[in-house]
Amino acid sequence: MVEDIHMTNAIVGEPPEFRNPASESPAAKAALILAALVFLTFFLFLPLVSVFVEAFRKGAGEYLAALAEPDAVSAIKLTLLVAAISVPLNLVFGLAAAWAIAKFEFKGKAFLITLIDLPFSISPVISGLVYVLLFGSHSLLGPWLKSYGIEILFAVPGIVLATVFVTFPFVARELIPLMEDQGTGDEEAALSLGASGWQTFWYITLPNIKWGLLYGVLLCNARAMGEFGAVSVVSGHIRGLTNTMPLHVEILYNEYNFVAAFAVASLLALLALVTLALKTVLELRFGAGNTGGKH
Amino acid sequence: MEVSIKNIRKEFDRFAALNDVSLNIASGELIALLGPSGSGKTTLLRLIAGLDFPTAGKIYFGDEDASHRSVQDRNVGFVFQHYALFRHMTVAENIGFGLKVRSGASRPPKSEIRRRVSELLEMVQLSGLEDRYPNQLSGGQRQRVALARAMAIEPRILLLDEPFGALDAKVRKELRRWLREFHDRTGHTTVFVTHDQEEALELADRVVVMSGGKIEQVGSADDVYDRPGSPFVFSFIGESSHLPITLRGGQILFQGQSIGVVSESGEGAGELFFRPEDVQLVDAADALYGKVTACRRLAGTRIAEIDIANEGNAPYHVEIEVPLYEPVALGSDLRFRPTRWKVFPG
Amino acid sequence: MADTTAVSGQWRLKQPSIIPGFGMTLGFSLAYLSLIILIPIAGLIWRSASLGWSGFFSVLADTRTQDALFISFGTAFVAALINAIFGVIVAWILVRYEFPGRRLIDAMVDLPFALPTAVAGIALATLYAPKGWIGSLFMPFDLRIAFTPLGIIVALVFIGLPFVVRTVQPVMEEIDREVEEAAATLGANRFQTITRVLLPGLMPAILTGFALAFARGVGEYGSVIFIAGNIPYVSEIAPLLIVIRLEEFNYAGATAIATIMLLISFTMLLVINLIQAWSRRRYGHG
Repeated sequence: MVEDIHMTNAIVGEPPEFRNPASESPAAKAALILAALVFLTFFLFLPLVSVFVEAFRKGAGEYLAALAEPDAVSAIKLTLLVAAISVPLNLVFGLAAAWAIAKFEFKGKAFLITLIDLPFSISPVISGLVYVLLFGSHSLLGPWLKSYGIEILFAVPGIVLATVFVTFPFVARELIPLMEDQGTGDEEAALSLGASGWQTFWYITLPNIKWGLLYGVLLCNARAMGEFGAVSVVSGHIRGLTNTMPLHVEILYNEYNFVAAFAVASLLALLALVTLALKTVLELRFGAGNTGGKH
Repeated sequence: MEVSIKNIRKEFDRFAALNDVSLNIASGELIALLGPSGSGKTTLLRLIAGLDFPTAGKIYFGDEDASHRSVQDRNVGFVFQHYALFRHMTVAENIGFGLKVRSGASRPPKSEIRRRVSELLEMVQLSGLEDRYPNQLSGGQRQRVALARAMAIEPRILLLDEPFGALDAKVRKELRRWLREFHDRTGHTTVFVTHDQEEALELADRVVVMSGGKIEQVGSADDVYDRPGSPFVFSFIGESSHLPITLRGGQILFQGQSIGVVSESGEGAGELFFRPEDVQLVDAADALYGKVTACRRLAGTRIAEIDIANEGNAPYHVEIEVPLYEPVALGSDLRFRPTRWKVFPG
Repeated sequence: MADTTAVSGQWRLKQPSIIPGFGMTLGFSLAYLSLIILIPIAGLIWRSASLGWSGFFSVLADTRTQDALFISFGTAFVAALINAIFGVIVAWILVRYEFPGRRLIDAMVDLPFALPTAVAGIALATLYAPKGWIGSLFMPFDLRIAFTPLGIIVALVFIGLPFVVRTVQPVMEEIDREVEEAAATLGANRFQTITRVLLPGLMPAILTGFALAFARGVGEYGSVIFIAGNIPYVSEIAPLLIVIRLEEFNYAGATAIATIMLLISFTMLLVINLIQAWSRRRYGHG
């Protein structure tokens, strides 16, 4: 309470000699806020705003036409398909890994967590490269799979694999701290009351983690739909076939078709904004801390 | 350094945390601000330090009006409840901080700072721990580092906020005695805040009892315990019971009947306060009486809980001390008169 | 430390627990982790090992490779430095000050996590181009940002922004006001309190955020290639060189560059962990 009062005092401009010793002078405050706002405007707000401004530069008609164009539609479809496969896969993995890590004490746990974090610190280009080396025409696996008619690289499976690699940690990273905080008391109580393992998970654990899980899935989805570097390496850039939305944005941009590039980009930006809005709502409603992992 | 506080008022969002508080602190005195939480005692301490500023009123250090001086200029030693040690600094760096941040000519040379630090460490009996970090110390050690750090700036007055609040019972007792000795040795004017009356009564030269943003009474331990100045002080300090009474013609009447106790002055309704040990069992009609509802042994004596009938309402509950040799049966009637008491008009 | 409680004294993988599903969940996690991450990375390392030292060094000896690595690490370092400074300021105003739009800004800090890198890339390239909203502001000073190494730094500042803010912010929230008041009672002015008391306490978090932003910046591809200009020896980043080598079917070259970057990433991870362990040990917090 006392803190809040100092805040309001500072805003109405208390004489300097009455300043709270644990706060800056109003001038310093204003300077810091201004510095932060200028910085954020140049690096955050203007880039975001410009996506929409550029997309609508030639009016709503051009915007909609760019989105209705067949290559754009097939890119959107492919992006949805890739996300629809890779997000559930990482969701299942995230739940399993978080269960094992948060509910049990075992040797090598810290190492396992480090391994899960690995994709965060690897260049997306390298994430794509490893699959090229594994499945490419010069590799052991590639020609062998091809002899059975299975194409991985420059095809949808490769794009899915690269996306899974890059978005691998998101759900797990969101759930592990949350489930560690909640401990094992609830589950032990349920088990002692005769619930089976699945019942315990379904009725006890899942309701406890649903918001963190939801945010993890949202973030995983946003990244899956937006992944560029890794997908670019494995896709082969075949128009209408292996182009996801971000790759399509690149092609349009490089063809100087800026309105179309920004139109497709605006959909992805919208997805990012919805993700952030949901995150904020979840935090406000269900307490901070559940949704603040490092990515 | 004498400190006088004149008609201080402090408002937080229209809520008056302190209301017209005046207090004179003599040089070298050890003063306790005692009160329940929300009584304004910590607010008063922070105002003296300059960590907050009064809405109205003045604070004098000696003859100088310090009300508008910033905390940096006031030169007060403040020991925080949770010590507020700088955890990325060693013990020695913590203690030397106040000297190191002085500007220009008033900053002592490095060797002098080092000398002062080791002197202070010796004073708080922590020599040899200068290179430790705060989280490598016990609670009592941190307390003493905080004290040494506050003393390093040669403060005009030493202020301690709940100095023993975060310690366990045993360390608390040791440190209490140690602080008293420390004060006697250094002779600093010292004000500390506490909600623990035992601590205040044992340690302080004078106790300032506060409640609801006001000073209820200022006095020695004997004063506030034996001669409480207000109903609040009577019930806050020590054990006590109270009953509504009427004064008439020098007699104290409870529910219209004399209780055999003579009051020298006053007429009309009032509240009778007495302590459990200040009663006498009597065998007379004009006395307080009630049923014994519980009885418990307390060290060398016995406390009887008595319900005194109150027509139609819940009975008045009082506690009195009963000598061990007196037979007391649960449910039996006891008659008693207070031997020392106080009536506050009500 | 956990095994001191083990009664039998024999080695065991996990502490006893009545909760079911350990074998299944751990088994699945490990299998999935191996298939998706470990085996492909092992493939890269094996491939790199088969190059031999000579093959490896011949790739490294190429000045284009050296320059690309230098540009990637150099720009990532500068961008992380900028983020360390402004990230601390942004975190500070979010934690300490009340001003209109604070919540919105707090939410928007995560934008670089959620916005696809290609989208960020074309937006920044357009903005900082000589005719863009921001780029045109600098043209009177003859300062070109897009299509120069400065452009790379701009993109990496955007990408790394949330790392410093989000690592420093929770630590700032935990600062005890009493500590600042204590410094003030000891005579420190506000500037001294901030530089000598608050910032040193925040340093482990700032360093961690810096290292995270740096690691991310070194590997960043999508947001950079649009704004960089991609001029070999000048503004060509290492990830792009990997892609170029791949397109030339020069797998050895791509692998060697990737291996070096991986090694450095792992080193960064190790450094981050060491900073946190050191700070926990000394100050009792991460």
